[in-house]
Amino acid sequence: MNKELKILAIIIILVGITYWGIEPYAHSKMHPHHEPATFKYEDLKPLPLKGDAKRGAQAIQNNGCTGCHSIKAAGIPAPMDPVSASASYGVNPPDLSNIAALIDKKFLANFIKHPVKAFKLEHKFGANRPFPMPDFFGSDQDLADIVAYLESIAKPQEPRGAFETACGRCHNLRYDKWTVIGPKPKFKNEVEKADFELKKAKYEANLKKYLGTTPPDLSMFIRSRGPEYIRDFVENPQKLLHGTAMPRVGLTEKATEEVIKHLEHVGDRKKEKREKLGPWVLAYFVILSILAYLWKEKIWKELH
Amino acid sequence: MAHFTKANSVYEWLDQRLALTKLWKVLAAEYWIPKNINFLWAMGVVLMTMFTILVISGIFLLMYYKPDTKLAFDSVNYTIMQEVWFGWLWRHMHAVAASVVFLVIYIHMFTGIYYASYKRGREMIWISGMLLFVTFSAEAFSGYMLPWGQMSYWAAQVITNLFGGIPFIGDDLVIWIRGNFYVSDPTLTRFFMLHVFLLPIIIMMLIGFHFYTLRIPHVNNQDGEEIDFDAEAEKYKAGLKRESKVIPFWPVFLSKDFFVLSVFMIFYFYLVFYHYEFAMDPINFDPANPMKTPPHIYPEWYFLWSYEVLRGFFFNVGPLSAMDMGLIAFGIANIIFFFLPWFDKDPTVAPADRRGGFFFWFWLMVIDMIVLTIWGKLPPTGINAYIGYLAAVGFLALWAALPAITGERRKLFWFVVIVTALLYIFGFMEYTKAMGNGFIITATFLIFYLLFFLSPVMVKERERGAQ
Repeated sequence: MNKELKILAIIIILVGITYWGIEPYAHSKMHPHHEPATFKYEDLKPLPLKGDAKRGAQAIQNNGCTGCHSIKAAGIPAPMDPVSASASYGVNPPDLSNIAALIDKKFLANFIKHPVKAFKLEHKFGANRPFPMPDFFGSDQDLADIVAYLESIAKPQEPRGAFETACGRCHNLRYDKWTVIGPKPKFKNEVEKADFELKKAKYEANLKKYLGTTPPDLSMFIRSRGPEYIRDFVENPQKLLHGTAMPRVGLTEKATEEVIKHLEHVGDRKKEKREKLGPWVLAYFVILSILAYLWKEKIWKELH
Repeated sequence: MAHFTKANSVYEWLDQRLALTKLWKVLAAEYWIPKNINFLWAMGVVLMTMFTILVISGIFLLMYYKPDTKLAFDSVNYTIMQEVWFGWLWRHMHAVAASVVFLVIYIHMFTGIYYASYKRGREMIWISGMLLFVTFSAEAFSGYMLPWGQMSYWAAQVITNLFGGIPFIGDDLVIWIRGNFYVSDPTLTRFFMLHVFLLPIIIMMLIGFHFYTLRIPHVNNQDGEEIDFDAEAEKYKAGLKRESKVIPFWPVFLSKDFFVLSVFMIFYFYLVFYHYEFAMDPINFDPANPMKTPPHIYPEWYFLWSYEVLRGFFFNVGPLSAMDMGLIAFGIANIIFFFLPWFDKDPTVAPADRRGGFFFWFWLMVIDMIVLTIWGKLPPTGINAYIGYLAAVGFLALWAALPAITGERRKLFWFVVIVTALLYIFGFMEYTKAMGNGFIITATFLIFYLLFFLSPVMVKERERGAQ
């Protein structure tokens, strides 16, 4: 028995060393360490002024925001359908109803003022290739009022809503029947289906022209990238994938968690079942091992 | 025609026609195994169980899998993982078993090497086992392609490309294997056929053959003792169970195996539920994209050691490119274990700790293969390239030295050591760019390979009964 335990110990040590070498150690060499996301957006300056939501409702009209953006919560419709919008701007501009529930307040103000800088996309957009949303020309007080207004109308977002607003205009999520132009409806006939597919294809072509690449479908990202990577990547894409066309979208920590929750629901739908079944199966084999040991002892007793 | 009497029970009826009692005796109740064994002797039954799990889970997966480059990824990751009832469990079990089965194969294999269970009549056990190892490797490689993820695609690309290194027919061979000029739909469908039909059938036949090879020489024991199985079996049957050196396969041997197996299953299912990422690489959850090469391409862990033998040669030698040198070594590494019974010139059957120099050879081999495995995954940059070279040349050198070690030929042994040391020094000079590839390196490699191929032929086997 003693000898068998010694053999087992040697095997465990050798397997342990090998495992450590090919998994944690090798992966630390393949993916160099980076600082985890803080969601503080420290390179941006906070807005010194206090905003007024009522004045903001007016300012958002005066400054031309609604020329491109819808605010459905305030009854302001989108000026264009998604496909035409993508033809004009590259991507469909977001509805602003709940934007402040997802995006960091400081980031939002900075973004409105200098979109490209906040997005960290200076390598993609500049004087030669202007960003579709212009820098803010209004006063700082207007800006503060607009942010206050957006905050006043925003409703807290469920995981799905967070994903659709924050990611869903560039990324498909086919395992959740989500497309860049909205949820995939049930088609009544082939014409409807072909019509929808054509719209989606047009939108995706415009998006590709705008970004220089087709953003990936995120259905399996929870398994292919894992929650930590997604979290750190969303906070600052350039840090993990230098030169990527993906903007820093300025999500709050909570909104990022909501997005990850949704991706987990879509890409690892059986996680809960897996974690619930695991202990039962393990317990079964623990009991079986005990019984098997007793049986073995009984049979081998007469041999020694 | 044989004479049949009226049967009194269903069992008797069957027994008359199929000789069930006799069959059970031959296969189990009077199939004799040495008593002097430890839990490593249970690995065969563990492997058999893992293979059964692979077949059963594979059958369930096969009902929903679609071998088409447009459908494969979603059929696995959506249909099976999310829609099919317990599909996720079958897939996790299949993927983890495919990885863990190699861990047990390696333990099984090195148990055989440690206790010298490959010689003096046991050569066919060893060879059939190695044939199983090779077919399992092909089975694993073809299976890994099926989900059509990024690593499925790029591993297929890299590995099929290796056949291009074979002189004269290489380029045509690659096209023949792929069924196209590049890895694509026909490649997937033919590897699907191999994975679900041809290779499993070959494996099943080989398993039967492997069992059969045990019949005449019998299972080895912890001391390599030669046992008179007939005499010991008579003792056991006469009730002298304590005195007898053998035990029947059923129920004695299996009762112990069953315990080892149950404990192993705790480990296996722990991996299935909580720790599957090592067997289901995250990168393979990205759909295959021929336009986007992943930054790091590596095979599954059980192929890493031979992959590193391939990669270890990082400089050209005379007319041969680094790739040619690597391919030669890789080709040798993949078949060399078959020849172990003839590289070992010592007729003694005993555990390695009683075989002098062989004990050190065994542990050096284990350490070298672990180093190769780990460095097979690390990016081959900087000093890693040289460490990979050390381990790859070391692997070949261990084989070149084995006849000298086991045949007790001291001068030959030191000659191998000196030539290897020279290769290490020249390799370091190549690494630091202090020396171009020239005549001296070419000549040293030539001597090295001459030693490698000639030693097992020229060194005579030691006299039997020397110990």
